[in-house]
Amino acid sequence: MNNQGRPTHSGEVGQGNLHPTFTGNKALLQIEPLLFEVGRNDVTGVDIEDVAIDSNCLGNMGRQAQVELPALTEPEAMRHYVRLSQWNFGIDTGLFPLGSCTMKHNARLNEAMARLPGFGDIHPFQPLSTVQGALELMRELGRYLMTLTGMEAVALSPKAGAHGELCGMAAIKAAVDAKGEGATRTVVLVPESAHGTNPATAVMLGFSVKSFPTREDGKVDVADVKALLGPDVAAIMLTNPNTCGLFESQMKEIADAVHEAGGYFYCDGANFNAIVGKARPGDLGADAMHINLHKTFSTPHGGGGPGGGPVVFSKLLAPFVPVPQVRVDGDDLTLEEHADDKNFGRLTAFHGQMGVYVRSLSYMLSHGSDGMMQASEDAVLSANYIKACLSDLMSLPYGEQPCMHEVLFDDSWLSDTGVTTLDFAKAMIDEGYHPMTMYFPLVVHGAMLIEPTESESKASLDLFIAALRDLAMAAKNGDKERFTGAPYHAPRRRLDETSAARNPVLKWTESTKPNHHW
Amino acid sequence: MRYLPLSDADRSQMLARIGVKNVNELFAGVPKDKLLTSPVNLPSHKSEREVEGMFRKISAKNMAASSVPFFLGAGAYKHHVPATVDHLIQRSEFLTSYTPYQPEIAQGTLQYLFEFQTQVATLTGMDVANASMYDGSTATGEAVLMAHRVTKRNKAILAGGLHPQYADVVRTLSKLASDEVVSMAADVSGDADILSQIDDQTSCVVVQTPDFFGNLHDFKAIADKAHEKGALVIAVFTEAVSLGLLKAPGEMGADIVVGEGQSIGNALNFGGPYVGLFATRQQYVRQMPGRLCGLTVDSEGRRGFVLTLSTREQHIRREKATSNICTNSGLCALAFSIHMSLLGGTGLTRLAKVNHANALKLSRELQEIKGVSVLNKTFFNEFTVRLSQKAADVVEQLAKRGILAGVPVSRLLPNAGLDDLMLVASTEVNTDEDRVALVTALKEVL
Amino acid sequence: MTTYYSKDHEYIRIEGNVGVVGITDHAQSQLGDVVYVELPKVGSDIAKGGEAAVVESVKAASDVYTPVSGKIVEVNGELEATPNLVNEAAERDGWFFRIELSDKSELDGLMDEAGYKKFVAENA
Repeated sequence: MNNQGRPTHSGEVGQGNLHPTFTGNKALLQIEPLLFEVGRNDVTGVDIEDVAIDSNCLGNMGRQAQVELPALTEPEAMRHYVRLSQWNFGIDTGLFPLGSCTMKHNARLNEAMARLPGFGDIHPFQPLSTVQGALELMRELGRYLMTLTGMEAVALSPKAGAHGELCGMAAIKAAVDAKGEGATRTVVLVPESAHGTNPATAVMLGFSVKSFPTREDGKVDVADVKALLGPDVAAIMLTNPNTCGLFESQMKEIADAVHEAGGYFYCDGANFNAIVGKARPGDLGADAMHINLHKTFSTPHGGGGPGGGPVVFSKLLAPFVPVPQVRVDGDDLTLEEHADDKNFGRLTAFHGQMGVYVRSLSYMLSHGSDGMMQASEDAVLSANYIKACLSDLMSLPYGEQPCMHEVLFDDSWLSDTGVTTLDFAKAMIDEGYHPMTMYFPLVVHGAMLIEPTESESKASLDLFIAALRDLAMAAKNGDKERFTGAPYHAPRRRLDETSAARNPVLKWTESTKPNHHW
Repeated sequence: MRYLPLSDADRSQMLARIGVKNVNELFAGVPKDKLLTSPVNLPSHKSEREVEGMFRKISAKNMAASSVPFFLGAGAYKHHVPATVDHLIQRSEFLTSYTPYQPEIAQGTLQYLFEFQTQVATLTGMDVANASMYDGSTATGEAVLMAHRVTKRNKAILAGGLHPQYADVVRTLSKLASDEVVSMAADVSGDADILSQIDDQTSCVVVQTPDFFGNLHDFKAIADKAHEKGALVIAVFTEAVSLGLLKAPGEMGADIVVGEGQSIGNALNFGGPYVGLFATRQQYVRQMPGRLCGLTVDSEGRRGFVLTLSTREQHIRREKATSNICTNSGLCALAFSIHMSLLGGTGLTRLAKVNHANALKLSRELQEIKGVSVLNKTFFNEFTVRLSQKAADVVEQLAKRGILAGVPVSRLLPNAGLDDLMLVASTEVNTDEDRVALVTALKEVL
Repeated sequence: MTTYYSKDHEYIRIEGNVGVVGITDHAQSQLGDVVYVELPKVGSDIAKGGEAAVVESVKAASDVYTPVSGKIVEVNGELEATPNLVNEAAERDGWFFRIELSDKSELDGLMDEAGYKKFVAENA
């Protein structure tokens, strides 16, 4: 459109565009240009005096050129960001069944607690005598995590799941080295269904990856693992519940076999939400497991971070945990901040994600042991309910066995419809849902991984099921257009990822500005 | 339980629809002897009021920065954050959204990431920036790994002014990846000879300005020598506000610029979550770790944004990914971006000037005290003082008097013979009364 | 002028002592829209089966292996600005690099056009 409101493009016109408006706005949905198009250099949103300074102490390092960034006054900033927010889908907007991401309710109590001045407004290097409460909170969080997983030690500092994986695998590497087997134990076993971070982490640490297939029931078989075990294997990395939403029932046997062969068991805890309070990975032989606090313990995903990825360890690996560590010293708590020669060092400056710790512990205290157990049961119940209500229309790659907290469908039921998993997902957007995880795990063709979480009411689940049934019937009945052109009602139609990647434009310049005003 | 919408009646109906008698049948995959049948040994659920009471009690044991005269820095800084920032980042659609894998319903996140990338590239004087990293220290670690990929060498030189914990992170990652690190000794005066360390095997030189001890550096000569030898220069900063007053690292020849963005828009939070800034030159963009947001159009030709160049990332490249990182620090990047857009370039420079002016006043007043000497020739808002007693003891004594005076260097460098050194920072939040309190107390203690 | 094919879906067109290497039309159709090609350094020696280039589409990045050993004598600079040539003319303008063969007998292990077509059909 140009700024006279006349169409200048020959692209498809969506149903939402039947009556174009002069401004481009659609009632509550307001267009917002980029900061660099609405901001100006001669205004400010913060009142600061322009003090004169004596620049002697800047040496010759003072900036000559002006920082060329525009400002917004406070009312403009408010509108800019509120309008942008309205172009986003969040958990609070609607059902967000993104498999393996555990998009559960984020309680605002947790936000308020993290902002208490005693947590939000303390500096990481204050004297320890002035932050005893912070250390107490970290110690308490660690105790909860160890109790829930049945493990012996914890490293809180990793910043997210992948960082936690690095931490856990680094401890395994340190343990292997300590036994003098660093040169020989160089292989890490990873099933093909694993999340991509697993092999990436192993390779980053200098291991070579041997991948192996899962069985027809979607699970790993102890016999397949045994066949690969030997003096060259440092560890196995296994996700449990696995990425297909199934519980690896042979985990204990696999762990025993790995231990017998002198290796370690890394459990990817991405799907811990299914079993909190129901089963302890420590009882099943895990030596290290990261916990995604932003998934299982409900700290906000915030458009992709910040997260938290503490790692719990078995007795075998406890001596190799990284710094920092909270320790008890008489009546006081103290912080071990410097690595010794045994552990593998430090993964981040300071002490980790305190703001995330507070929110997670607030979640845990609120739920209590009974509530956490109930949450896992409800998450599993809801996923199985969706499975039961859709399995006559959509195809299950691994048959009728119960799933854990997420249900996996493949796309064989869409064959001959001309509708792909991607199309189906985009049509879900029009129905007011965030799509499920698509095309992951890779071992299933056209995978659709649905994780409702425990936060949905039955009425919400029933409407979701009805909507998916309606879409499924439409696909089977040949209403291809509803899918291939979707989404029709979102703020944007499908975006051209090819041209974005061929000619990357990664920052604003004058030429970024479109010839119309949005 | 207030967070769980299913009632017992709902649960019964759902179990019936599934065709099982009880929920444990759904956990049939868990070996029977490992399935827990009663709650673990932790307290049971609590009301909001009870939880709040517990947290208030624990948090009251901590001394909040705003409640006392406060002069700590060393990589984390106390600045005023406008109320607008914290309000906006708590908008549900920002707070409870996820990585924008579905761009049609995530344009809000994508547009602010694009704006954030532009702000960071502009501030650092570089061509491109990513959508943020975990924090400054991990960004530094990733920058070193990136330099190794670009140069196909594996030796990093860490300047003695690099934040000691950032150096620890680089050394840890390098040890794990079997890469080489040359760590120069702690450089209090900021005049160590880095040039002679650079050779044909060097992948990168990591320099920091303002450095850990507060000294400012023009590293143009280092960059020239590094480039002559085929190595890259990684410029680190831990105080983002300094960019408003100091030469942009890009101007001095940096190939990669990384830093901590906490100072702008983010609270102290006892060290995290923070936000790592990462920028580089156009020619290295495909070697850059982290997420990138790019401009494009939708099927109706309207401007829009998508995550792009994602083939570099682990979910597609698996073991060949540029890094194993899949989370950025989205919400902290948003806080940075909102605060930065309220400031604008002009506001940032004014803020930086106030910081520098306050630090100048403080340094002059401290210099007058017997038993205190300021060591820096140059600094921005933080500098190093030598005390006539152990700094850790002095800091502890002042804390008892309700003053958070500074960071003893020995806290980070315990065995370096630097026990009498203290880092002192002063920002716009410090008042004349704060300075008087510090000076008076120091005079009494020393 | 003879063209050979590898099981990794590279072709090599022999022009005297030099081979022109790229990915096959079948391979590009599997990849989808190509957005970037990373090419080897001219003058570098790469052994048969070694990683010589990377081809990226929106959704995938794949290594391109050299089907024979030798020295890279020229790369297709056009691909830098117009990677879509790989989609439009994979086996003509969309070539990746020219390699000076160090051992012509390595060609014996590769397939001819008919063999490759059969290989693709069998593995579809």
